[in-house]
Amino acid sequence: MRTIVVAVIAALVALSALADEPTVQLKPGPGLDKVEGNCGACHSLVYIQMNSPFLNAAGWNAEVTKMIKAFGAPISDGDAKDIAAYLAANYGT
Amino acid sequence: METLPGKKPLIRLAYRPPNYESPLDYFRTPLTPNDEFFIRYHLSDIPDVDAATYKIAVGGDGANGQTELMLDDLKKLPAYEIVAVNQCSGNRRGLSNPHVAGVEWGIGAMGCARWKGARLKDVLAIVGLKPEAIEIAFNGADGPAFDKTPDFIKSIPVWRAVDESTLIAYEMNGAPLPHLNGFPARLIVPGWTGTYWMKHLISVTALTKPQGGFWMNPAYRIPVGMFPVVARFVSQENATSTPITEIVVNSLITSHADGTKVKAGNNTVSGLAWDGGYGITGVAASTDGGKTWAAATLGEDFGRYAFRPWSFAFKAKPGKNTVMINATNKIGQTQTATLLFNPAGYHNNVMQNITLNAA
Repeated sequence: MRTIVVAVIAALVALSALADEPTVQLKPGPGLDKVEGNCGACHSLVYIQMNSPFLNAAGWNAEVTKMIKAFGAPISDGDAKDIAAYLAANYGT
Repeated sequence: METLPGKKPLIRLAYRPPNYESPLDYFRTPLTPNDEFFIRYHLSDIPDVDAATYKIAVGGDGANGQTELMLDDLKKLPAYEIVAVNQCSGNRRGLSNPHVAGVEWGIGAMGCARWKGARLKDVLAIVGLKPEAIEIAFNGADGPAFDKTPDFIKSIPVWRAVDESTLIAYEMNGAPLPHLNGFPARLIVPGWTGTYWMKHLISVTALTKPQGGFWMNPAYRIPVGMFPVVARFVSQENATSTPITEIVVNSLITSHADGTKVKAGNNTVSGLAWDGGYGITGVAASTDGGKTWAAATLGEDFGRYAFRPWSFAFKAKPGKNTVMINATNKIGQTQTATLLFNPAGYHNNVMQNITLNAA
């Protein structure tokens, strides 16, 4: 968790020259806290809305897997399942 | 729309990493002003680079030596200018049907500027290339928010690196590069898509083996044989996919958005056409859905890598009118009538066919 916090701070410092990051309010639902804590550490949550509602459950699962395998996101197996389930339920086809 | 420092309002796709496209009305001139130019980043740690201490490391196992160039060193090399289109590989991805995942760009992930800088071949000559060098790789000062995320590193074939048009540019339209367009210097690969145009360039590395990493494979790949491109990147090809290379011939109506109301009678539709550097030789327009075509009038020629303006006069009848366009380049390539679907949504050059409602 500490690494995620460090990453968030680094990102905020790096972008301090820009305007404040707009708040992205995702739909309430089980797993939202894990989406905000994990996904939001490296990128704006707007990327989720941008790819909604085009991805189905398998598509969202592939995106979460890509973030872990290809981008090295430090997301636990349990969190990854909750995140994929949240995305499919709230932003899936 | 959002206004970032030093920029006019751009269409925000995402704030972190920042991805912003230019709206249609910024494309009514063949050169895109710096403050109207689109912004595209993969990773969100984007440092403010200090020009006074900025350095580019030049070397690699495919080079005879190594050196570091300060910005002033770069400026002491012979300077060249070129007008060239910088277009994101995924421009128009959001128009793909069926939909594909990614940054959902509309038509505005592109721009055309007059770039000034040193030739990459002159920089490489300082260290000297070994005969066995096959690729030149590039890294920028920007990086990931998290250290396990692959840094954005890209390579191009040596033949493309030593092409006279390939520059390390430190000026854009006569001014320093805006921060979010790569200050203080970026790579310019005219004719090739924006993925190779490394911003905030900090290293130039000659390689004797192909560059690996996520951003070379699986990212930025197109299916082998799908698109009519000439330029190949042989050292990175495999049986099914190959890196995206040159921009496919394309055009955009910039005077009118789809569905615009016009007056019945004489109207002029205008826009831009561009390609991978062979040069635009014509733009055809059709007001009957492609059954018959007439030649649009080409405007000022800023060089074969630039946006080529064009205009087309026609008489609108009361009610619904359509205007379809198709650009042709010097090697006879034209746009596609139907989407060449690929999973990353690259190379969308489907002919536009807009509706104008006349009263």
